[in-house]
Amino acid sequence: MEQEKRAVRCIVCPLSCLGEVTIEKGEVVAIKNMTCRRGEDYAREEIVAPKRMLTTTVRITGGELPLLPVVSDRVLPKDKVMACARYLADIVVRAPIKEGDVVCADILGLGVNIVASRSLAAANPR
Amino acid sequence: MNEKQYDVVIIGGGPAGLAAGLSASQHGAKHILVVERDRELGGILQQCIHNGFGLHRFDTELTGPGYAERYINMVKANPSIDVLLDTMVVDLAPDKTVIVINSVDGMQKIIGKAIVLAMGCRERTRGAIRIPGTRPAGVLTAGAAQRMVNMEGYIPGQQVVIFGSGDIGLIMARRMTLEGAKVLAVFEIMPHSSGLTRNVVQCLEDYDIPLHLSHTVTAIHGTERITGITYAEVDENLRPIVGTDKYMDCDCLLLSVGLIPENELSRDIGLCMDPLTGGPVVNQERETSLPGFFAAGNVVHVHDLVDFVSEEGEIAGHFAARLAQGEKSLSAQIYSVVPGHGVRTVVPQKIKVLAGEQGAAKLYLRVTETQRKITLSVSSGGQTLLEKRFPVAKPGEMIVLDLQAAHLDKIVGDIIVEIKR
Repeated sequence: MEQEKRAVRCIVCPLSCLGEVTIEKGEVVAIKNMTCRRGEDYAREEIVAPKRMLTTTVRITGGELPLLPVVSDRVLPKDKVMACARYLADIVVRAPIKEGDVVCADILGLGVNIVASRSLAAANPR
Repeated sequence: MNEKQYDVVIIGGGPAGLAAGLSASQHGAKHILVVERDRELGGILQQCIHNGFGLHRFDTELTGPGYAERYINMVKANPSIDVLLDTMVVDLAPDKTVIVINSVDGMQKIIGKAIVLAMGCRERTRGAIRIPGTRPAGVLTAGAAQRMVNMEGYIPGQQVVIFGSGDIGLIMARRMTLEGAKVLAVFEIMPHSSGLTRNVVQCLEDYDIPLHLSHTVTAIHGTERITGITYAEVDENLRPIVGTDKYMDCDCLLLSVGLIPENELSRDIGLCMDPLTGGPVVNQERETSLPGFFAAGNVVHVHDLVDFVSEEGEIAGHFAARLAQGEKSLSAQIYSVVPGHGVRTVVPQKIKVLAGEQGAAKLYLRVTETQRKITLSVSSGGQTLLEKRFPVAKPGEMIVLDLQAAHLDKIVGDIIVEIKR
């Protein structure tokens, strides 16, 4: 039987358990060395479908600053984080922007919106 | 010189200063001024674009700018709070005179009935850790790079080495990677990372960035621009081991080697300082050794959660407002809080025990090393006031203990905070 063991360091609480996950035919069959159920759930998700929030910046014109910080409105698949960041590198928005404004809807068809994490006023013409 | 009077003058418009201003207003102060040297309020939160802020305070995970905006909106909506932006404090006097300067109003004299120090902290630099070698461009602190990358639109390098595994360094490893740079390695002199496990996993392991523990940078190379570094393994005394040194090409070195409370102004007015925290000695009301001067946030001790910074700002703002309104302090005994076995720092360093009714007091402490299953004890005159068990205690994660009025009543001498053996 083809078995693979992978170490997963838990980030749920400061205990930072180092779990050992046994995978057989792409499925989690055993989780060892986690102190609690939350750690086991975390380890399973990290193996099956790891997800992350994305925070980055996009360019903004006519604003008080040249960059607008943005955040995903929910977690997205870990293996898509880099592609989303590179996609957002080419996006330009225009000031003024309000916190929560959607900067990029349904990014890369993932069903996740990228929203402004702050408001940014238009620059005063000098 | 133009002269203005305020009830409470707050130096610094970051999370501590904003919370202090709002709290001062809630406790009756009518004329409050926040002095901020940057072009906007929010402090370092504005460059911390990652999420994870506000879990305690707002019960949700906000980004740094998102957390700041909630406070800024409350401050802007409050008619009792004035804000001076782009303004430096050039002098602070023990009589609570603050001299400020900006390019619009010039020099102004501000007289406060109470002052709140909320200047935050700054990063240790190359000078503080004395890395040998040449002095080329491209060597900067992680926080300076964070501001360039997240707010100003510059990338400080494409082939990046990070020295120090503090949280800002880890966060910047991910940021530089997302912006298209290559982070070659993170070196940490200690045998463990000083950052949160979550950041080691999500900022380094996610991007296959190697973390070399027990390693130091022994030389910086390059004339105009950094061209590379030499690194080496260290022994148990943190000294480089001869013969383990190797060379690595890079065009940027970021330093994440610790934070120091920014207390030039505090020293100018002769405040009593705590050599362990690097901040002023305060009591549970966050009043310093000089009556009428309060302090809160990273200027007192470096925090790991902004939620606690806001909480401390509220305490300082509250008592500053009461003093500004002429409330006479009741006669009180002052006792010292002493870090005992296994405890490195405790804030506040003093506890004021009133003759009449007591308030509560929170102790914020850091342990000396990571330990599992510990019991923290607070005692005075040989009598235990409080004991609390923790499944794990780490130096990088501040622990909070609540002392209630009943505990304060039992204080008869120095208050010892220690891990029970």
